[in-house]
This record gives sequence, structure tokens and C-alpha cells, in this order.
Amino acid sequence: MNPGADQEAAQTDFSLADCLLAAQLFAQNSKSFGGICLRGFGPVRDALVEKLVRALEPLGAVQKIPNNVDSERLLGGIDLAATLQGGRSVWRPGLLETAQDGVVLLPMAERIDENIAAHIAQAMDIGALSIILLDDGMESDETPPKVLMERVAFHCDLTGSRDMAAVEALDLTTQDGVRKVRAMAKKSRESLAATAAAFGIHSVRPLLFTERCATRHAALAGHDKIADQDLQIAVRLVLGPRATQFPQPQESPPPPQEEPSPPDQDSSEGEDQQNIEDIPLEDLLLEAAAASIPPHILDQIEGKVRQSGKGQGGRAGNKQQSTKRGRPKGTRPGVPGNGKRLALIDTLRTAAPWQTIRRNESGDPDPDKIHIRKSDLRVHHYEERQESLTIFAVDASGSSALSRLAEAKGAVELMLAEAYVKRSQVALVAFRKDGAEVLLPPTRSLTRARRALGALPGGGGTPLAAGLIAARQLAEAARKRGQTPTIAMLTDGKGNVMLDGTADRAGAKAEMQDVAKGIAAMGFNIIVIDISPRPRPEAAELAAALRGRYLPLPRAQSAALVSAIESVGKEAMA
Amino acid sequence: MSGFPFSAIVGQEEMKLALLVAAVDARIGGVMIFGDRGTGKSTAARALAATLPQIRAVDGCRFHCEPENRDDCPDPCTSKRIRKMAVPFVDLPLGSTEDRVVGTLDLEKALAHGEKHFEPGLLAKAHRGFLYIDEINLLEDHVVDLLLDVAASGENLVERDGLSIRHPARFVLIGSGNPEEGELRPQLLDRFGLSVEVKTPDNIDQRVEIMRRCDAQERDAAKFAATWKGEDAKVLRQIDRAKKALPKVKTPAKILRDTAALCQAVGADGLRGELTLMRGARAFAALQGDSSVTLDHLKTMAPLSLRHRLRRDVLDETGSTVRIERALEELFG
Repeated sequence: MNPGADQEAAQTDFSLADCLLAAQLFAQNSKSFGGICLRGFGPVRDALVEKLVRALEPLGAVQKIPNNVDSERLLGGIDLAATLQGGRSVWRPGLLETAQDGVVLLPMAERIDENIAAHIAQAMDIGALSIILLDDGMESDETPPKVLMERVAFHCDLTGSRDMAAVEALDLTTQDGVRKVRAMAKKSRESLAATAAAFGIHSVRPLLFTERCATRHAALAGHDKIADQDLQIAVRLVLGPRATQFPQPQESPPPPQEEPSPPDQDSSEGEDQQNIEDIPLEDLLLEAAAASIPPHILDQIEGKVRQSGKGQGGRAGNKQQSTKRGRPKGTRPGVPGNGKRLALIDTLRTAAPWQTIRRNESGDPDPDKIHIRKSDLRVHHYEERQESLTIFAVDASGSSALSRLAEAKGAVELMLAEAYVKRSQVALVAFRKDGAEVLLPPTRSLTRARRALGALPGGGGTPLAAGLIAARQLAEAARKRGQTPTIAMLTDGKGNVMLDGTADRAGAKAEMQDVAKGIAAMGFNIIVIDISPRPRPEAAELAAALRGRYLPLPRAQSAALVSAIESVGKEAMA
Repeated sequence: MSGFPFSAIVGQEEMKLALLVAAVDARIGGVMIFGDRGTGKSTAARALAATLPQIRAVDGCRFHCEPENRDDCPDPCTSKRIRKMAVPFVDLPLGSTEDRVVGTLDLEKALAHGEKHFEPGLLAKAHRGFLYIDEINLLEDHVVDLLLDVAASGENLVERDGLSIRHPARFVLIGSGNPEEGELRPQLLDRFGLSVEVKTPDNIDQRVEIMRRCDAQERDAAKFAATWKGEDAKVLRQIDRAKKALPKVKTPAKILRDTAALCQAVGADGLRGELTLMRGARAFAALQGDSSVTLDHLKTMAPLSLRHRLRRDVLDETGSTVRIERALEELFG
């Protein structure tokens, strides 16, 4: 899974060329492609964006919409000042209305609020709005909202691109007379559909985009009709980055040769062409798409299970609606107090159109007075991201320490790296000898976590119940703080030390069952990872008692462990 | 009351260097300071801002535009009069609301006169100066998002509260934080041109000297400032000379190749590392009064320009600084 550096560099250059081609196609036909997503911040992307914006200028300025735009500004609303002054409601058009069929630029697209994204998607569907998404995401699940990604033809990844010269050389000037290209042949359409299916692309939009892309590319290349090569490139640009699965090898047995090389194919070319025609078009397309599947997509494909449901947008922790703190999320009718803050501007905006009527009603002609009714009151509404906390309870007793402690540590470290990226917290509990110890209280600090882990000693008995209790205490405290805890128990399940420190296997087991039952009732997300050399029933029993998931850890598979813990966390959130 | 003079800060050479380099070439971007509390982080940043010569601004302009460069000001900004003002130094407190940072609708004007009027926020205040964020790693995520965009584009675009306004907001972002208390998003780190690691000085003499100077400053700030006036003026002249010399500093082709090789060896993401390192080395050469960038300039600036751009490898215990030093050693001996 670790390609050499040269290979990697070669691949980046190749993908940059594709990105530039996509940008060129988009610049010339922004309306038919919905938009383009440019992932990977850096000078190369900055330069490309600047070029794009300049190239699109003749169609009207590219409007930038900041991330913190409110939906009122986006969709239009009552102009407070003008309404109060004029005594009648004055409507102010929103950004999407002003942009109409123009192009909007969305910086930090991976952080766009879903509500805002939905409005934009709607505007794209109704009108001919096209968008440029600037995706600063770094991890595989930090991506712009799906509703927007679905509606843009090109998903370009510029991460790590260094070739400034290539961007500077790019010519985005629009051609005037667009060359007529014949419609796509039925056979090509069939191959296209089959290719999309093989890569697990179910939506029809990408197919339409691919066809348009092939047509435009043919026009650009000066072809009268779509050549296989045009189609191949279109597949690579549009379908490849959307792949959700690898084509199943068994599904493509050598297709029954219908006719030796279809006659309607371009036959004027020389012998080189012959070779290509031997390979069915579909295979060529599959190959083309496979070539452009970005590496991070592969992670997603492997972890497909956890991609389903709500785990979207690269955010850790459940979201919680709050009226107190967090990211502002608009306003709603309500009475201030109880920690709810009055949204003055929105309140006034609601009241503004009624002023003339109310003034007449009240018989108080003073024009400086503003009449506000209780029903006008609006309060702020915030979205608080619930942070997630993963509590590792590691069995450091002699029985497991000797064989698996190093591996468990490795797994925890990997998990820490993930947590660092997602800004979730981790805590570490170790149990050995006669008790459990919180080695690391909940923290987001990688440095501290790593240090605590490094200092974790091994050996002694297994006070499993004590470990469970310590983990439970941390989880409860986390829940009170509004976090979503997940407990990961790394143990062989063979407890032999009781809570009072006496060594008694049977007693310890009974105690453990009691404690586990209590924890199960709390409804935490729990995973028990069996770290004994060979999977044993004890750990599975513990998982059952905790109503958690059981995962025997095969040797040296820290990465598998990480994805298992993650999927438990995500399931609970869905 | 006079602040602490920049030149009176004991030790912390790397931090002082980073601040000076950032002051010489604004395109380098901000400075991120990692380290414990009580290491003079905010003192140094504040002191440097106070040392810099006053800037010229259009009189009455709320965005203190430069008289020659007022096209992007949203206000009429037509005054012919020019006022002098100190380089802005704005603190962004941790609990800041979005309204306070980006600015909001001036309600009083809206209600009393039916006028739509923008009330500038902290970003406008920091224009042409410094925006200092202490414990930036504890800042709320949505405020970070907003800063990221403004720091990258140099303008604040407000599309909310019925307002639609765009104003310049170009500032040197100075962040400080302790990595032990939480990590920063890589996207945010990338916005900082340079980063430094500061430690409490463990040298007894240095600590004594710090106590002595702080005491002297507390007793009579004016007198203390006067004592250091000469030194501060020297710093100022150095910055001034470097700014003038900067366009003329040569960067040999070999240095460019060395820069690229180094960035590749340490695995710095993207192209930004190279560009910053090149600019940083050039500004450092200018500060030193050299006419051309040498390998020594490059070596000095490498840790500052690159250490926060390395992908963290959790399984590798070695810190970023060590990795860069090792690469320097391997490449250039």
C-alpha cells in the first residue's frame, strides 16, 4: 500500500494535467457542467482559481459567498433599514438571486453548513447557477456536502501539486464558434452506463456530465464525433473520482465477441487503432476510470460501511441544536431568557413591515417609536458540535501484556492520529495488578497521549471490574459534558482480581458480570477487542454482557482495529 | 504608558527573528508561536508592533486605509487629510462572537435613521497591523473558519444581517498556543508563514536578567523605555533597511534547488513551504545586510518555515524540528 516516492510524484503530475483539462472544459462551458470542485489548498490552486475567475469574468463577475453567510442573505429577505424608513416592506434579493445563472465561488467548501448547501443546490437545479467549490479538506471524510458534490461535474484533487508552470501555461480563453459534434452513439452510451455501474456510481447526473464532457472534449480536439479517446478522458475526469467500489473482476468475463470490430467505428486510422479496437470499449473505459481514482477514495471504499448514513462532512461527534453556543445557525421565533439570546436584527426585521398598521392601531402617531409584539421576537439558534471521546481501557496485566500490549499500544496510537485530525478527544485507562488507573484524562493533545501511552507498564493480575468502573466513570462524566463517549476495551477478558484487590478468579468473574450489566444499561457505544493470542470465549462473553461489539484482533492489525472502533462510533451516531 | 521595549526582551532569539522577518516581508504571512505561558510571547508581539513607525492613514476612515491605496474601501474614504497612527495591534479574545470579529449592522443607525450602516469588527481594526490570538488552539471552530478565509484572501466579505460588504483586512496573524492543550487544524497552521517553539529559559542568569528588567519596567516604565530607546531605534532601522534592500537581494539558482530538495526530503506538503522558506531566507539575508541568499540563511530559516508543515506521524516520536535538522545535516552536511 506504500508506493515509491517517484511513482507518487508521477501520479500527481498526471492528475494535475487532468485537473487543468477539467478546468479548461469547465471554463468554456460552465453552465453545462454545474461546477468544479478543487481540493487541496496551496499556491497551485490559488493560481488556478485566479485564472478561472478571470476567464469566467466575461459571463459576469464570479461572486464569492463566504462560509458564514446567513440563509436570509442567501435567499433574500426584508431590508430592515429601508423598510423602517419607507414604512412598507422592502424586499432585498438574496445572493443566489443576484447570481442567477452566474458562477459562485465557495471557499472552504468542506465546512459549508448543510442548510446553506441545500439552498445552493436548489438554486443550481432551478437556474443555471454553477459553482466552484474550494475544498480545503485533508482527510478522506472531510469533503464538501454531498448535495453539492453530486451537482458538479469535476472533482479535482490538487493536493501536493507543485507544478506552477503548468498552471501558468494553461490557456482558458473561450472559443467562439463551438464546433458541432455528433450525438453520442448508442453503443458508447451503453458502455458508459455499464462502466458507471461497475464503479458503483448510481446517480444519473455523472453519466450526463460524462457525455457532455466527452462531447466538449471532442469539440476541443477538433473531432466531428466523439472518439473513444474523448470518451475515455471524460470517464477519467468525471467518473473516476466518484468511484465507490472497484469493478468486480468476475463480472467481466471475456464478452462474447459479437462482430469483429463494429463497422461504424472510425476505420480510417492505421494499425495502431486495430489494437485498441480489439479491447472492448467498456474495458477501456474501466481502465480509464480506474486510473483516476484518487488514493483517498480507496480508503472510503474500504470503509464503505461507515460512509453510509449521517457520517458526512468530516465532523466528529453528534450535532446538537443549542440555543446557547456553537456555530450560529439562524434564528427562530422564541422568547429570550433562559440563556437564549435575543436576535435583535431579526426581531426588528419581523416587526418592520407592520409598523404603519400598528402605529395607526395604537393611536400613537410618534414615528420614532417602534411597535414590537411578542410574536415578533426571534432568538438565536446555534449548532453545537458534540465532541466525541474515545476511552481506551487497556488490559496491561501479565497475561496480555507479554503478548499483545505493544500491539494494543500501536492501535491506540493510530486511533490518536485519527482523533487528532477529527479533533475528538481520547482518554486512556490501564488496569493491572490490583486496580485501574486513569493514565490520561480526556484530552485532544497528541503529545500528552503519546507520552502517557509510552509510559504504560505491563504485568500483574487482571482487575477487569476495576477497569470497567474507571472507564464507566469517564464515559459518564463525558456524557454530562455533552460529549459522545465510546469505550474501547482491549483485554483478553480473563479477570482474576476482585475490586478489593484479592485474587479470586470466580469472584472476579461474578463481579465483572455485575459491573458490565450496569454499564450495558447506560447505553454507551462499546467495543471489546480481544487481545489474547487466540480468540477466547471470555472476551466474547464480556462483550455480550456489555451489549457491545466483539472483535477478535488478529495479530498485528492495528489499522483494522481503528476502523472497527470508528464504525462503532459512527453507527451510534447514525 | 509605555509598553515593554522589543529590544529589552531577554533571549527568545528565534521568536524575535520570526517577528522581524515577518515585519520585513508581509507576504510571508503570520507567525505561530508554540510554547508555555510566561515566555514573553504576547510581550514580544506587542512590543514589535509598538516599535514600528506610525503608519499614514486617510483621516476619518474607519478602515484606516493607506492614502495611496483606498480603492477597495467600502466607505467613501475621500478625505484629503492624512493622519498618523500607531500600527494596529488587536487582541482577539477567546470568547469572541462572530459578530464582534467580522462586524455587524449598526442597530442604532438602523433604528434611529433607517440607515444601513456597517459596524466594523476586530478584523477591520487589525487591517494593516497585527491580529494576535492567544491560545488559538482553544478558539471555537467557526471563528477559526472565518479567520482562515480572511487570512488567505486579505479581505473580509460580510454577507449577513442584511449586509453585503467587503473591506480589506490584511494583517499579520500572530497565534500562540500550547500543543499540550490541543492540536491545531492543519489548514489553520498552513496560514502561518513561520512558526517558532519557545521555552522558558532554563539558564539562571537569563531568568535573573528577565526579573531585573521586568522590575525596572514596572517601577518606571517611561524611564525604562528611554533606556532602550536607542536599541529599539536600531531594530527599527534594521527593518527599514531590510525592507528597502529586499527587492535587490539575489537568490542564486543553487539556493532554489537546495530549498526544493530540503522540502522534498522532509516531506512538507504542497508548495507553500518552499515559497515561504525562500521568502524567509531572502528577508533574513536582507536583515543581515547581505546582498545574496546563502546556505546559512536557508539553514536558519528552515525550521521556522517548515516545522508546522510536516505531516504528523504519530508512530514517529521525533519532533518536526529534529526531522528538519536531520534532513539539513544529510543534505548539506
